[in-house]
Amino acid sequence: MYSYSEFDESFVRARVAQFTQQVERRLNGSLTEEEFRPLRLMNGLYLQLHAYMLRVAIPYGTINPHQMRQLAHIAQTWDKGYGHFTTRQNIQFNWPKLEDVPAILGALADVGMHAIQTSGNCVRNVTADHFAGAAADEIEDPRPVAELLRQWSTDHPEFQFLPRKFKIAITGSPNDRAVTRAHDIGLRMVRNNTGEPGFEVMVGGGLGRTPMIAHIIREFLPKADLLPYIEAILSVYNTLGRRDNKYKARIKITVHETGKEEITRMIEERFAELRPFFGGNDQKLLAEIEKAFAPPRFKTTSVDAYNVFYRTNPTFRAWADTNLHAHKTNSYAIVTISLKAHGATPGDATADQMREIAALAEEYGHSELRISHEQNVILPHVPKADLPALHARLEKAGLATANVGLISDIIACPGMDYCSLATARSIPIAQEIATHFKALDLEHEIGPLKIKVSGCINACGHHHVGHIGILGLDRAGVENYQITLGGDGTETATIGEKTGPGFAYDEIVPAIERLVRIYLTLRTSKEETFLETYRRTGIDPFKAALYEGKDTQDAA
Amino acid sequence: MSRHFIPKVVTANRLREGDVVYLTADDRWSPIHHEAELIEDEARAQIRLLFATAQKLYVVGAYLADAKAGPDGPEPVHVREAFRTRGPSNYSHGKQADLV
Repeated sequence: MYSYSEFDESFVRARVAQFTQQVERRLNGSLTEEEFRPLRLMNGLYLQLHAYMLRVAIPYGTINPHQMRQLAHIAQTWDKGYGHFTTRQNIQFNWPKLEDVPAILGALADVGMHAIQTSGNCVRNVTADHFAGAAADEIEDPRPVAELLRQWSTDHPEFQFLPRKFKIAITGSPNDRAVTRAHDIGLRMVRNNTGEPGFEVMVGGGLGRTPMIAHIIREFLPKADLLPYIEAILSVYNTLGRRDNKYKARIKITVHETGKEEITRMIEERFAELRPFFGGNDQKLLAEIEKAFAPPRFKTTSVDAYNVFYRTNPTFRAWADTNLHAHKTNSYAIVTISLKAHGATPGDATADQMREIAALAEEYGHSELRISHEQNVILPHVPKADLPALHARLEKAGLATANVGLISDIIACPGMDYCSLATARSIPIAQEIATHFKALDLEHEIGPLKIKVSGCINACGHHHVGHIGILGLDRAGVENYQITLGGDGTETATIGEKTGPGFAYDEIVPAIERLVRIYLTLRTSKEETFLETYRRTGIDPFKAALYEGKDTQDAA
Repeated sequence: MSRHFIPKVVTANRLREGDVVYLTADDRWSPIHHEAELIEDEARAQIRLLFATAQKLYVVGAYLADAKAGPDGPEPVHVREAFRTRGPSNYSHGKQADLV
């Protein structure tokens, strides 16, 4: 993977030194909180409900074992022994003390990591397909482009004070695992009719209070034009974006208000102006970056022993069926390590688990790791021959939960247990759904089903694109949960439809069970997934089951 | 003053640690909600908030939160404030662990 150049290293060190002094000045009273707040946010430091929170970027979800161990060290030294992986491929520490933050940032810089631009109205952490560099369906590894975008956007003088935050997601596969259509800019690699790889460019997607699916403004953009084109989009947004109203400031509103045709025209016009200024240095840099992402030297090993083990060991088979995905090399698999043990907090890993994951990556996975927006950890390159041994180690560490893509593999934001913006809890809802369906032993019978929970309208838990979405709201000081159905975060992206009145905290798990039971009744076969059934039948039978015996006027 | 004033406490987070604290009647910052001063007068609430906001070296983000009288002292009204008195529900961290 990419290692920091001298420039990256000195830039990050300089920022740590600068922030160290800013913290000192805050603590001795030379800076007021009003002065300090934007400075701490620029460095990923929030003040949450119970404590400060530090958000650290894991650019395009790629991290090496050495870095993972450092995160474990930070969790143990300055936090409460764990970290929380988020839907934006960041890790959050929930309990740092202000005076310790400079030391934490120094420890991150030691391993080529930082918390820069994880907050504020700038280009945030660029996210990518978590199977990048390994997926069987991939055209090209998207991470070199993501790294180019990281370098270009970091401290970019023109784009430090955008109208609002700006999120870019990228996938190198036609199958979208990076929710690109719900980002300010989504980039999906495709081939043109001559077979040349390039990008489908999507603009104006986003979740939050006004969920929107991005518009495709360029069906095919040659790779060499990517940076000037992205700069053109940002430039047009920077000029047009609404600075008068925070709720209308995201590019999705700009696109909506300007119209797709007009904004496309403006972007193309700006692109024509900018393109000649890119004399090829960006492409030289990209070529250098690409070298750092060369795939590991794959071994050719027999898969016979794996096949026998798969046939004879049901526990292993259950895990393999859900947690393995097709690798571009036949004798390899992509392994997803679930951070969703039934009853555990989605996305949390203890320091010990992080260390074990780092060791497993070194022993079995060419020292590569990814973090998914679905809050799991990926070992992208594992020889199939090693899978039985790997699975045994994961079992020992409590990391062998066989539930990826199933009902208990829930995305949940921190919600009102941590977040100062939240209006209701998310984590316990996810925990209770997971343990409830485990007790019913229905999970594998139900099959693929994505539940996503957000604790407020800002939708960090991606509820709009969950097959079942749950949104926690505050109704007169009491938690209340609204359900959406039929959302989809893939290349067939769809915003879920609201079912009707919400449910109280203790009504939500039974409500989800009613939805699942009606799906099991309605499906034409075991092969028809929840989403397929929903698309075939529409919302009505689900609604009827959900509000069975309830006067919907009073259900809230 | 025509409308009914909902009693308040002044709450904030400690600058250094980030811990949730409450302003007491004798000008201390206590981690315990029951020890907060229950303010039943709007003008007094504003004065106490000004006092709190001026304590820049000790606390950050001071605000008035709705509260009500209870047998052991003021109690939170809103579920959010109830969480702030004890900590998250997924781990025994924060006050529920620290104050035992």
